[in-house]
Amino acid sequence: MDTTLRITTARAERGFVAKIEKISGQKLMACYQCGKCSAGCPMAAHMDVLPNQIIRLAQLGMQEQLLAARSIWMCVSCLTCNSRCPKDIKIAEVIEALRMTALRDGERNDYLKIMELSPEARSVLPPIATISAMRKLTF
Amino acid sequence: MGNENKPMKLAYYPGCTLKNQATNFDVSTVSSMAKLDVEVEELDRWNCCGTVHALDSDNVMNRVAPITNMIRVKEAQARTEGMASEFMTSCAMCYNTLKRANIDVKQRADALATINDFLSLETIKYEGDVEVLHLLEYLRDRVGFDNLAKKVTKPLKGLRVASYYGCLLVRPKEVAFDDVENPMVMENLIRALGATPVDFSQKTECCGAFHTVGKPDVIAERTDKIMGSAHEEQADLVVVSCPLCAFNLDFRQDDAKRLNPDFHNMPVLYFTQLMALAFGCDESALRFDLQHIDPLPILKTRGLG
Repeated sequence: MDTTLRITTARAERGFVAKIEKISGQKLMACYQCGKCSAGCPMAAHMDVLPNQIIRLAQLGMQEQLLAARSIWMCVSCLTCNSRCPKDIKIAEVIEALRMTALRDGERNDYLKIMELSPEARSVLPPIATISAMRKLTF
Repeated sequence: MGNENKPMKLAYYPGCTLKNQATNFDVSTVSSMAKLDVEVEELDRWNCCGTVHALDSDNVMNRVAPITNMIRVKEAQARTEGMASEFMTSCAMCYNTLKRANIDVKQRADALATINDFLSLETIKYEGDVEVLHLLEYLRDRVGFDNLAKKVTKPLKGLRVASYYGCLLVRPKEVAFDDVENPMVMENLIRALGATPVDFSQKTECCGAFHTVGKPDVIAERTDKIMGSAHEEQADLVVVSCPLCAFNLDFRQDDAKRLNPDFHNMPVLYFTQLMALAFGCDESALRFDLQHIDPLPILKTRGLG
């Protein structure tokens, strides 16, 4: 019995990989899954797919799973992963590319709906908070 | 430090939050610089820094706002005698975003050309010839902590201070002006002011940043961890350089307390407020009334209130 399992990326998925690599400016295949990014991530506890797993799924072009992941919205771009990656892969840039793909594709699909917050909640926020949140989580 | 008789002139970029909730950061910056004989001149017509640096490599649009500010610096320099082609900001987020945009356009001539085309109504073209400085960097490298210590009239003796750097002063390494994992610039400033720096494990861990808008529960967890770590080391207070960190670590302490009943409230100040206090500035330069957790009880305990 042939027990060989071949992991290949189909043509459609290769297009997605190329897009993420282009927007992020990163070479996804450089990752060897050491896990340092996930170990230091301050948002890991709130993520469904850990940063190292995001890179693995991105290598395989698993668009649907990635764009549906809560993780891409939980990343705050603190860049701890970037500064510790031994291969100098900028994981936060890959996640930004995924966010941008989700925000740019099709209908307006903002993750943060700021007008749904109560006026009281909005009134205490400094502009640095509101503007950075909208820059990251809305189109 | 420049001419003995004339105060130095330094272009100053305050940023939006220093003109809103964080006026305590603004007034303490300007007042303490005056005590150091540095005359800060707020840039004319400065605009938003962009808040966060866009990480997508094809992004040019989000560099326009930061680069417009570089043109404002060139304008200020052209009309001000003794002003260098540089500017200072005390806000860590403004520093990070302005510095990154500046590095980016210096490396990408095509992006800079596109931005200059877009800004064709400006009388000056930007050529990558402005330097962005953070106030802590300026104090360390231009003023010097030894010189700064000579201006202290009210040493902060006995005050135990934990320095929180967060993300924006140390990451990415291209913008860091100190060690990425274990920066010491703020501790050295604290020491120059006569206070005792307190080491704690969470000094470069993220506060949760903009999640404070939609997910304050996430911030409560971060604030509990960061402030709890400073409390464990018997800090009296925590100093910061970012108004978003300040909001999360100070104003979100009520949420942290709800999450963890054992949470201990602790004041969070801007490093400039500690400087102004040690330089003998009055309350109008400190604006402790804008803190959520009142620092006066602990300052009084240490004989500094």
